[in-house]
Amino acid sequence: MKKTNAVRREPFTDAQLLMTITIAIFIGMYLLAMIFLGGGFMHPQQVIDMLNDNVSLIVVACGLTIVMIGGGIDISVGAVTSLVVMSCVLYLNGGGNIFVAILLALGIGLAFGAVHVFLISYLEIQPFIVTLAGMFFARGMTTILSVNPQKVNHEGFANLRDAKIEIDWLGYTANNGNLIPARIELGVVVAIAIVILVFILLKFTRLGRGFYAIGGNQQSALMLGINVKRTRFMSYLICGLLSGISGFLFMMHTGAGNATNAAGMEMNAIASSIIGGTLLTGGVGNVIGTFFGTMTLTTIKKIVVSSGLNQPWWQSITTGGMLCFFILLQSVVLSRRAKKKKKT
Amino acid sequence: MSKKAAKKGFTAGLGQLTIPLVAIAILVIFNLIRDPSFFSIEIKHNIDGNSVLAGNLITVINGASELAILAMGMTLVTAACGGQDISVGAAAAIAGSVFVKVLKSGASINAGTVILAFLLACIVAMIFGAFNGTLVAVFNIQPMIATLILYTCGRSIAYWINGGATPTVDSGIVKAIGGFIPGVPIPTPVIIVVVMAIIFKLLFHFTSLELLTQSVGINGSAARLNGINPTFIKLLSFIILGVCVSVAGCIGVGRLGLINHETLLLDVEMDTILAVAIGGNNLGGGKFKILGSIIGAYVIQTLTITLYAMNVSSTDVKAYKAIVIILLVVIGSPVVKKKFEKFMAGRASKKAASEAKGA
Repeated sequence: MKKTNAVRREPFTDAQLLMTITIAIFIGMYLLAMIFLGGGFMHPQQVIDMLNDNVSLIVVACGLTIVMIGGGIDISVGAVTSLVVMSCVLYLNGGGNIFVAILLALGIGLAFGAVHVFLISYLEIQPFIVTLAGMFFARGMTTILSVNPQKVNHEGFANLRDAKIEIDWLGYTANNGNLIPARIELGVVVAIAIVILVFILLKFTRLGRGFYAIGGNQQSALMLGINVKRTRFMSYLICGLLSGISGFLFMMHTGAGNATNAAGMEMNAIASSIIGGTLLTGGVGNVIGTFFGTMTLTTIKKIVVSSGLNQPWWQSITTGGMLCFFILLQSVVLSRRAKKKKKT
Repeated sequence: MSKKAAKKGFTAGLGQLTIPLVAIAILVIFNLIRDPSFFSIEIKHNIDGNSVLAGNLITVINGASELAILAMGMTLVTAACGGQDISVGAAAAIAGSVFVKVLKSGASINAGTVILAFLLACIVAMIFGAFNGTLVAVFNIQPMIATLILYTCGRSIAYWINGGATPTVDSGIVKAIGGFIPGVPIPTPVIIVVVMAIIFKLLFHFTSLELLTQSVGINGSAARLNGINPTFIKLLSFIILGVCVSVAGCIGVGRLGLINHETLLLDVEMDTILAVAIGGNNLGGGKFKILGSIIGAYVIQTLTITLYAMNVSSTDVKAYKAIVIILLVVIGSPVVKKKFEKFMAGRASKKAASEAKGA
């Protein structure tokens, strides 16, 4: 990506432009849903539910955004999430400690990240193949641990799972006159904190700028004195760590482990990143965009359900159509800008 | 001296085929040690009274058919675009649905309607291939992202074509596509693979498609300056993959006699890409060998069947598969290769030095 260097002098960078478009479309879509569909969309709880249901997707997509900015890909994230859920559930049911379970989650994530990046960075194997093998391994291990769904029977964990932040003024009055406060799960707080942390990491730290540099042009990054291998190592390591966290958050949301947990999550995460304006070629991307990308995907699904298209196929078909729209939009916007740049 | 040159020529000729051949040799030797009866082939009589070949080896060769066909098309796409199509499974489900839909809409199923249904399925798959190809070639979107669209919604489109059902087809001809033609002991899918391979061979022999694809994959702008149209070549590779997809989809329908949009060729896209990679093709585009990908497909299937024969449950197979894949790619990785070459060169020079001393 040669253009990033030159474009940066303009008031809007590619990533910012694409992110702004995503945010505008998200807000516009939500407003339209409020006007035409009303009902559930009028309550703040709807937005909070969207967050509650998608905490692990948001966290995973953040990790994936970092890897994609660095010019790599990690398709094992969903499978690692599933493996973490299953192993933590089994550990807790065996009478484990919650803190050790958290450490276990982080450890599994980090281990996957470290093995992947060793193979990618030091043995120069294509990231797609390595993480594909990682995905197979994690999915296989999950079923080896248990084929049957497992429910957590752990008191401390049950308390943690049911702990919710209740906000009265965002709530609504039910038909029988009771005030129902808005309920936010603890996972949402963690997820938003991670989004902010990753944003700071990408924007203001040396390491974060390094990710953009190696994704933009590896050769130039090397000449600038950036340790390319170490930077790439960190990007996959952070992604692995976030997959581990995402697994724990997934367990906190569902409270059960199942071999088919988080199926297809890697593709959803990639789609979120793309909608948010991250390019697979590397060097361009923004984690705030990724966050809104996740929300946009969820909103589409909610709109399809509540507008009465009940046949099971409409959700994915509209998601696919939406994805097509965003991808085409990105391509057109970027090529127009590239042309404009050539003229000046 | 001449012996040395001959040896060098031999290894150079093998080139990228070394890894897949070594892989399949290791698997065969492993199976020979584990259980020699793995390779026994016998002639059995199936329900229809045909005498057919049976045995683990036949299961491997038969089971890998769809994978091998998809791998052929995927190799072209990989070489031309430097990326992979992850929607082949979904597109095969669509093709299979069209195939069944056309068969069901007619009053009776005979050879004519089957051919018509196959051609229509082919056209639909080619249209979807052209859709992917347009996104990649005209709009310059990375193949994985462009095909993510069809990956997301393809199986739902297949479901929609079926009208929310999994219709069955009861016909001897369709059964023959996925099973055995009466009087022929070789499974039909294997014959189809051979036919497809011959078609590709003829295509490369009589047209310059192979050269054009490689030059587009190695450097698109250089190819354009030399008068090659990279957009067309990329589009063509996706359309050819569309044909492969429809063939694979129809075989899949023939095997079961029904179309199930969820399970038809499930997760085949990952296996296909793997087959291309094991075949020694660079996933970043450029030079390619279709034969490598075909062998890669058989490597994957041999591995799977070996694991089944060792009583590994079908859900756990993935974990063991991953370990073998990693071992294979580590052996084939450029760094390890370089180290190995250095090691061999060091040994050769030592030997030469000691010989010189002795003289």
